[in-house]
Amino acid sequence: MASKAYPVATAAAADWRDFLALTKPRVLTLVVFTGLCGLLAAPQSIHPVLGFTAVLCIALGAGAAGALNQWYEADLDAMMARTANRPLPAGRMERQSALHFGVGLGIFSVLLMGLALNLLAAAILAVSILFYVVVYTVWLKRRTPQNIVIGGAAGAFPALIGWAAATGRVETLPVLLFALVFLWTPPHFWALALFINSDYARAGVPMLPAVAGQRATRIQILLYTVPMVAAAVAPWAMGLTGAIYGIGASLLSAVFLLLAAQVGFSRETDPARMKAERRLFGFSILYLFLIFGLVVADKVLA
Amino acid sequence: MNYTPDEQDEIRRRQKSRALVTALILGAFVILFYAISIAKML
Repeated sequence: MASKAYPVATAAAADWRDFLALTKPRVLTLVVFTGLCGLLAAPQSIHPVLGFTAVLCIALGAGAAGALNQWYEADLDAMMARTANRPLPAGRMERQSALHFGVGLGIFSVLLMGLALNLLAAAILAVSILFYVVVYTVWLKRRTPQNIVIGGAAGAFPALIGWAAATGRVETLPVLLFALVFLWTPPHFWALALFINSDYARAGVPMLPAVAGQRATRIQILLYTVPMVAAAVAPWAMGLTGAIYGIGASLLSAVFLLLAAQVGFSRETDPARMKAERRLFGFSILYLFLIFGLVVADKVLA
Repeated sequence: MNYTPDEQDEIRRRQKSRALVTALILGAFVILFYAISIAKML
């Protein structure tokens, strides 16, 4: 949110757009998309209103997690250029408002999921919110350079929740999709962390490049990409999806591996000149969208 | 805390827009809950 839209910098009455910003709307797009794909890829179809409600609950739950993350990390956000203008560090909202909003939204999303869909989906949604807030934000982010690895699990839940909402069960395909997002997160974020390294270092976040160095980060990106590719191709190899997904996922994963190898073997140290890292980061977002799109396309067209 | 007239106007404007958005969201949830009830009965 641009500060010029708020001529009075008082936290006494936050604008509704500040509450929206707390939910990290840009992150929500990927969460909603993977949740929707999990729902659509499931073998059982549900009423469109219930499907919409399930995706809404996933979005509200993720928004709650984002709000609680910003509530807890306001001090850290104030130190990074990318996050300094968020409602709390910019002084446009009281911390307590963010806490109440996050807790309320989280409880509401879980209750609605439980009442409208099923208890399993509600339970996984609750676990995903708590995982992101407690395990990632509070426990790991400031303590270990492996923060992203465990935190990535929180982002991997939506497909599992979407599937569980439709079927009431957890099966092999959504677990593989969970594994795919879980293993995708480290290369995705570490590629970003390589070229905005100085920002995280200034905030004191033990992001891998700042703690272990660029060389180790590049090797770790490659090391996580290999099992990620295996998780991406596994649904086809195990006969859970058809050739549309298999061929598409194999080609996309080959490109991902190639870009990750370029990052892995690069010796560039100047963030401004890290083209391979920016390419991998950009492609990684497209990759996830396309892979999940393929899962649905495979089911619809098969 | 004392606010200048400009600040008071701005706070009122934000409270008003927040109340309006909250009302719209509540209205949308009334419709959604009705639709969920019907969908669950089918």
